[in-house]
Amino acid sequence: MTIAVNPVQTGEPVFYLADEHPHPEGYSTSLGFWIYLMSDCLIFAILFATFGVLGANYAAGPAPKDLFDLSLVAVNTSMLLLSSITYGFAMLTMQQNKIAQTQMWLLITGLFGAAFIGIELTEFAHMIHEGATPQRSAFLSAFFTLVGTHGLHVSCGLIWLVTLMVQVWRFGLIEANRRRLMCLSMFWHFLDVVWIGVFTFVYLLGVLR
Amino acid sequence: MNTDTHAAHADDHHHDDGHAHGTFSTYMLGFVLSVVLTAIPFWLVMSGTLPSKQITALVIMVFAVVQIVVHMIYFLHMSPKSENGWSMMALIFTIVMVVIALSGSLWVMNHLNSNMMPIHEMTGMK
Repeated sequence: MTIAVNPVQTGEPVFYLADEHPHPEGYSTSLGFWIYLMSDCLIFAILFATFGVLGANYAAGPAPKDLFDLSLVAVNTSMLLLSSITYGFAMLTMQQNKIAQTQMWLLITGLFGAAFIGIELTEFAHMIHEGATPQRSAFLSAFFTLVGTHGLHVSCGLIWLVTLMVQVWRFGLIEANRRRLMCLSMFWHFLDVVWIGVFTFVYLLGVLR
Repeated sequence: MNTDTHAAHADDHHHDDGHAHGTFSTYMLGFVLSVVLTAIPFWLVMSGTLPSKQITALVIMVFAVVQIVVHMIYFLHMSPKSENGWSMMALIFTIVMVVIALSGSLWVMNHLNSNMMPIHEMTGMK
């Protein structure tokens, strides 16, 4: 019944690792990055919940129907979707060790991403010009927080993309750069997944309401 | 003492670094599915084809869920086997948390709103 206090002396089996065995560099990076993305997912879940609760409180101000231009949102959605597939092509050419083509696809991805941000900022500027500022109503506060957080993530992704293009240009497709490109790929596609939620629940359901 | 298993472990990671890669055809399949799954909800809302708003809302939410699954499989390469199942475990845990947070907030706040209705109407009249 006694618990083995000193297993080495008593000859009991050892159930823990005596010392950490070495791992190749970055072997756990993609799992760790995935867990980061999942925590980011929780941030967006809370922002979606906030929007769900406050999304109908217009305070006698403008409603989604008055503000949103669905054809513009459709163009924006296609920009992000196109950037997703071009990033996929960048990953495929990276696996074939074609540096120039990888860089080209990364550049195209960046341009689509920049177009997305540009259209979104134009939309925001237009809304604010019409008096639909974040201070106007609870609906607009929740809208700007949710969509703005997504836009901020895409902007960070763009900075990361440019940084990696410089890295690949200077050091080539070394193991570390491949790992970083893999992480950015997960980040980029994850943001596209979040955008599915945004255009469905904020824009489409907002206009329906 | 466990060099055998360790060597196999390291070798395993060297081969596919625990992460599935897509091919041109899986990326294109994912892309085409996404375009279709995006275009239909936009068309439904913009044209107002379906008879009631409730049905339209339900249909576009189903399309969103299907498209999220498509992105997970074809772009994020999720499979029960990636990272020895740990990414799937993290995903399932996150989905549970998201469902609790979303449904809980909406449910509770909706009840609060219903109970507050008379006061809400009074503040609206001032």
